[in-house]
Amino acid sequence: MPRLVNRHPNRLQAITLSLLPFALVLAAYLAASHARLAANPGDKLLPAPAALIDSIHRFALEEDERSGSILLWSDTGASLRRLAIALGLSALLGASLGIVVGIIPYVRAALAPFVAAISLIPPLAILPILFIVAGLGELAKVLIIIIGIAPVIVRDLALRSAELPREQLIKAQTLGASTWLLVNRVVIPQMGPRLIDALRLSLGPAWLFLIAAEAIASTEGLGYRIFLVRRYLAMDVILPYVAWITLLAFALDWLLKTCRAKWFPWAEPTR
Amino acid sequence: MTRLSVKGLWKEYEDQVVLENVNLEIGEHEFVTVIGASGCGKTTFLRLLLGVESPTRGRLLLDGRALPSEPGPDRGIVFQRYSLFPHLSVLDNLLLAPELQGSRVLGRLFGKRRRAALDKAERLLDAVGLSSSRDKYPAQLSGGMQQRLSLAQSVIGEPQVLLLDEPFGALDPGVTADMHRLILKLWNMNRMTIVMVTHDLRESFYLGTRLLVFDKPRIDPQAPDRYGATVTYDIPLKGHRQASSPMARLQAVTTSARAMP
Repeated sequence: MPRLVNRHPNRLQAITLSLLPFALVLAAYLAASHARLAANPGDKLLPAPAALIDSIHRFALEEDERSGSILLWSDTGASLRRLAIALGLSALLGASLGIVVGIIPYVRAALAPFVAAISLIPPLAILPILFIVAGLGELAKVLIIIIGIAPVIVRDLALRSAELPREQLIKAQTLGASTWLLVNRVVIPQMGPRLIDALRLSLGPAWLFLIAAEAIASTEGLGYRIFLVRRYLAMDVILPYVAWITLLAFALDWLLKTCRAKWFPWAEPTR
Repeated sequence: MTRLSVKGLWKEYEDQVVLENVNLEIGEHEFVTVIGASGCGKTTFLRLLLGVESPTRGRLLLDGRALPSEPGPDRGIVFQRYSLFPHLSVLDNLLLAPELQGSRVLGRLFGKRRRAALDKAERLLDAVGLSSSRDKYPAQLSGGMQQRLSLAQSVIGEPQVLLLDEPFGALDPGVTADMHRLILKLWNMNRMTIVMVTHDLRESFYLGTRLLVFDKPRIDPQAPDRYGATVTYDIPLKGHRQASSPMARLQAVTTSARAMP
């Protein structure tokens, strides 16, 4: 009998094992929901599957009486738009600033400690300032995400570009590269996959700041909806929304991973 | 004609003397091999020629003018590793020098000039035997293929001086023999001056037309960093054409060199 560390599941076993924890959680939920509803049919904490499906139907397929829009989709659209703008601007800022900080010693001396200090400000602590200065509109919600994730991306890309082998930068200079060409032909293309990695790691914090901002001041959005229906203990709405947000986050992560493989095939681990 | 002049060169870090009083004249189309124990300053010497270190004292001249204090297209370099650009295909790695030198803003060539650069790159790819791998990325190449590409990449811009920092140190012996044939072919094709640091004695004798041995002529056992290394032997060789065994030649020249005042 081989040691445990040397025994590998086959494909079928791997798939079954990966589904097992999900199935267990689901089973535990169903059992607990059933038990609670048996004791008290009015219980709102763990709604029955039928109630969940009913809510999903109401939010995802039927128009809202008051606004005339289908709430799940309008909420998703609003949240994803905020997220996309914030991620895009953070990527742009993070890549451009991070690369010059990493590559140009004078810029590094001037900005590296500053960026480090900025990145240590807890973004949620300055959320009130943002609402005061930028108002309660879209700007504040996008800004909070940018303030939350851009400094980390800047620092990450500064480290990554400083990590490029010295030999490579010297070689490029012996091939005739100016600073400008060195950055554009050697550094930026190699930072592409690193930027996507940084963005993937920033997705978690980005959702956190988005939902926090929407919870406090918004009229639509996934975070807004959850915090709105919380007042009525509407677990039948909150649970599907949380699952949906998780699915969206997973899809975004997968999308970024796929883009990385497609755009930067040279950066994939060799098999 | 003198290509490189080294005059009264010293290199010191804090309280450590690495190189002391190195004086050399290196001519056009010489193949200089540099050997010495590790820590004897041979790599520091190469880095001074490359322009990534600056001398503490003394002067370095290239074609009679002060050597620029940063790397430039007049001096090519091949390192043991990390000389290639992982995000560029084999062909694009080769095209990089013409593109960087021919287009100062975009760093890319178009139309007729791109075709001219492509022609040159294709011929060089043929010469180093990488035509069939032109669309691969460096990570997909073997170590020997990577170094062949790195050599081609360094000579495509026709530098006056090619610096080699133990370029074959990480390769298998069989591959190294191929590399030796290739470097001699490129050396004769472009008539450039080569300065090659190596730790392989056989290689230094086989390839070089001139062998420099770096060593510390004085050592203070209480303060080993007090004195630096210099060129202790400067041995003219007939180059790779001579057929006798390297070890026999080593003994012959070292004894004659010692006999010199």
